[in-house]
Amino acid sequence: MEQATEANVKQKIPNPRVEMFKAMMGRFFQNKLAVLGGFFTFLLIFMAIFASVIVPHDPIEQNYSEIMMSPSADHWFGTDEIGRDIFSRVIYGAQVSLQAGLISVGIALAVGVPIGLISGYYRGFWDEFVIMRFTDAMLSFPPLVLALALAAVLGAGLENAMIAIGIVLTPNFIRLIRAEVIAHREREYVEAGKASGLRDWRIILIHILPNTLAPIMVQATLAIASAIISEASLSYLGLGTQPPDPSWGAMLADGQGYLSDAPWIALFPGIFIFITVLSINLFGDGIRDMLDPKLK
Amino acid sequence: MSEHSQLEVKNLHVGFQKKKTFTTILNGVDFSVEKGETLCIVGESGCGKSLTSLSVMGLLPKTGKVTEGQILFDGEDLTEKSQKQMSKIRGNDISMIFQEPMTSLNPVHTVGKQIAEVVQLHEKISKKKAMEKAVDMLKLVGIPSPEQRVYSYPHELSGGMRQRVMIAMALACNPKLLIADEPTTALDVTIQAQILDLMNSLKNDFDMSIVMITHDLGVVSEVADKVLVMYAGKVVEYSDVKSLFNNPQHPYTKGLIESIPKLTEETEELPIIPGSVPNPDNMPRGCRFATRCPHAQPTCFNEVPPLIETESNHKASCWMFDQRWEEIKKEGEAYASRKETAATTEPVRN
Repeated sequence: MEQATEANVKQKIPNPRVEMFKAMMGRFFQNKLAVLGGFFTFLLIFMAIFASVIVPHDPIEQNYSEIMMSPSADHWFGTDEIGRDIFSRVIYGAQVSLQAGLISVGIALAVGVPIGLISGYYRGFWDEFVIMRFTDAMLSFPPLVLALALAAVLGAGLENAMIAIGIVLTPNFIRLIRAEVIAHREREYVEAGKASGLRDWRIILIHILPNTLAPIMVQATLAIASAIISEASLSYLGLGTQPPDPSWGAMLADGQGYLSDAPWIALFPGIFIFITVLSINLFGDGIRDMLDPKLK
Repeated sequence: MSEHSQLEVKNLHVGFQKKKTFTTILNGVDFSVEKGETLCIVGESGCGKSLTSLSVMGLLPKTGKVTEGQILFDGEDLTEKSQKQMSKIRGNDISMIFQEPMTSLNPVHTVGKQIAEVVQLHEKISKKKAMEKAVDMLKLVGIPSPEQRVYSYPHELSGGMRQRVMIAMALACNPKLLIADEPTTALDVTIQAQILDLMNSLKNDFDMSIVMITHDLGVVSEVADKVLVMYAGKVVEYSDVKSLFNNPQHPYTKGLIESIPKLTEETEELPIIPGSVPNPDNMPRGCRFATRCPHAQPTCFNEVPPLIETESNHKASCWMFDQRWEEIKKEGEAYASRKETAATTEPVRN
């Protein structure tokens, strides 16, 4: 009897780190849509990584005896106008799309976050008259047109398309983070930090940055989705992934001409773009909630 | 023992650059705090209390500047230190507590982490040791079950608890001087009393000096050894606490003390000080309180009164305590009667 109570007491002092992690997980799993989004996101990542194992056919192999076949047991999503298996191409296309989303947003974050942090914290001439006016100029272009122009200058191809999309996304991040930093630098905890002798860089990185994480997360997941669409658009216009490599955007473009005869050619890549964008958004929302300790 | 005071502020002038004009806000502030002593700075909003404390911390906003005077901490002039040197002093030798415990803690870090961060910054110890120190500090400021509370986020604590955490953070490195900027204003009265008691007892334990900024004279009577009354950026009265409450000298201080409701008397309306604080861009030439002062004479409007010692450890900045006061009063009466006759003899026009 006594032993049991002792064990109880021991159990009652939990490891705080484990507790925190549990609480975070609890917050995430409370949001059913986020769980669904996370599930699909990981499924897509899994598909992209193990594409070569999953696919039943070579995605660029042309088979003229099986042109524009409707979905069947052999070709789950049917075949396109030159007899390539659409299922295999969609799976391989996930590689391209996820890469495009993650890398271009990665570029935008890597450039935008530091500039936004410094510009918002120190303010002054550089912030007001150089960085802000530059972002204004960038934002005044329609994003796709700017991406198109940049991709055209850099040359067609997936890498250049990702760089172009990353550049186009950057000013959004700069502005967002700068605005957040400006709001936070006036808070008393920043002053209290200064009063306890913290240096500027520590205040920026350890105190202000985590407070701006929520909007950054949301913006980043939205940006991944829009980067995937942009890559698809650039590929659709011929400036992204080059044939015969599969890309959802390029497949959509190809299928457009056959919408009435073979709708599956455009339908399946379209569905996948939709599901990917939606699940990444939902997943991002869930992560945002998970990182906010104020939510129960 | 060293001869100098813990903190000595001499003739401090601080102002702000606003576009092309420079506005001086603090105009010659003098005071000193001895070791283990509590000084309260009192005054209404905008009189320069907080600015004085920020100047001592070296945390003036970019447009603010110390134009004249010295801030001697342990005999060293803080106005001559670089930001780098100051950041070694801040949090270590001089700490500060802020008014709003609700917003003075970073919402995304646990309170333990925030205390440990300050400890690690100023003392070369491991993360684990710093965390243990954080637990000790929380225990010291009377937070129950500190081993678990260190992992709490600020929003999980009440206002009084948060202020205790702020105090724990401020005291973590055994500062010699604690600046408390209205530490109890945002708290309700019972918690106020607890926090003040805590600060008083910790002051003795740590043998530190406190500069407390407040506009609550109740708080002053509770904790202060010395009081500095400020008005519109100037010191109007500087005295030890007993002398101030028993025998207030300056008309402004008198007005402040009279405006506290008394338990023994029944009054419909509290006495107030008529008028409002002058605009810093357009300060009167003479005494800054003259426009609101019931005893003001023409001289008061034209000449700045010196800080005059009226009794031991009690100074007030008012012409009433100058040897010339009778003269000034006569001059004023003469001026008033001249004005009156001028008014009555003025030809009436139809």
